[in-house]
Amino acid sequence: MELIILFISAALINNFVLAYFLGICPFIGVSGKITSALSMGIAVTFVMTVTSIVSWLINYKILIPYNLTFLTIPSFILVIASLVQFVEMVIKKVSQPLYRALGIFLPLITTNCAILGLALFGAMREYSFIQNIIFALGAGSGFTLAIVLMAGIREELELANVPDAFRGAPITLIVAGILALAFMGFAGMI
Amino acid sequence: MKKEVNYSNEFLKGLWDINPVFKQVLGMCPVLAVTVSAINGLAMGLATTFVLVFSSLIVSLIRKIVPNQVRIATFIVIISTFVTIVDLVMKAKFPELSKALGPFIPLIVVNCLILGRMEAFASKNSVIRSLLDSTGNGIGFMLALIVLGSIRELLGNRTIFGFQVLPELYTPMLVMILPAGAFLTLGLLMGLSNWYVKKKEQEEIELIFSGYRSATTLNTQTELN
Repeated sequence: MELIILFISAALINNFVLAYFLGICPFIGVSGKITSALSMGIAVTFVMTVTSIVSWLINYKILIPYNLTFLTIPSFILVIASLVQFVEMVIKKVSQPLYRALGIFLPLITTNCAILGLALFGAMREYSFIQNIIFALGAGSGFTLAIVLMAGIREELELANVPDAFRGAPITLIVAGILALAFMGFAGMI
Repeated sequence: MKKEVNYSNEFLKGLWDINPVFKQVLGMCPVLAVTVSAINGLAMGLATTFVLVFSSLIVSLIRKIVPNQVRIATFIVIISTFVTIVDLVMKAKFPELSKALGPFIPLIVVNCLILGRMEAFASKNSVIRSLLDSTGNGIGFMLALIVLGSIRELLGNRTIFGFQVLPELYTPMLVMILPAGAFLTLGLLMGLSNWYVKKKEQEEIELIFSGYRSATTLNTQTELN
């Protein structure tokens, strides 16, 4: 039960994009079409889950026992960068269709602050191994939900008569603001 | 003389012409997340500027030694070193501020603004030029953060930098402090800056046109004469 609450809270109430502002760059950049937004969301969820496992192991099996916590930031970012490369290579070998679907989005994920944010949050809140994985799954599905919703709205927006100066990033931010207001409604759920 | 003009331009362009927030739309996550108050914005801006300036100093010093294939990894290690310094100093000296900014100090590592400046400028230019460029960009980023933080603090809490500005009569808009307010304020500000730039461009075009028109009318007049 506790795990379900953790999942819902990470996905909806403390949505990574709309409440913590993590992963805004892909949220604005890749939310033009529903299909590419969905691929991006799935890729992020996938990398998040793998990162949560690896970062937990590094944090509790290497950094804390050897008193190296001041190396948290460099080690996490290097692990994420190499992990993304590794995941890309594995997917290319194992599943060509999946690779073609995720292809371009995987390298972009390295500089997605949602991934590093997830690893840091997990370390800060001292989650257990299972909790950390559930947290990653929840955060990933929250990200996917937000980016797909945004893409759906933006596809409609293309037909709307937006003032010239607000085309592109500004109107996207304003729509995101309204979405964030809507997501605040989830706050009373738990 | 010509060189000096060039140098000051390297510094000034970061403030407005290629302002990281309004023009390049880079490093959005901290911009939206920490600007609940002006003081948070200032702290985040200072931290980012520190990391940006020192990383670009080191990157431009070693730009000829680093092989092209591993440059991104090298940049990330250099950036994360300085971010660790900032993080530890903030924790020791300003524990409250460090708590308010939370994970966003470590997240400076993945701020695309910093990696972007390294890749686009510091890895290709001399030390002095990259120092000027990174200082300009850092200050431009900081100004944007302070403006955004002040607006949100003013409308959501009646204060700027903790000093009460608006009278008690004004009811604070809670939404400005909440996440939604960040998106709305930044979206409106960006739209405003786009509108201003477009208007300026339009005026310039019209100026050229009117000059052209008066020249052509002069020509036709002389031809007629």
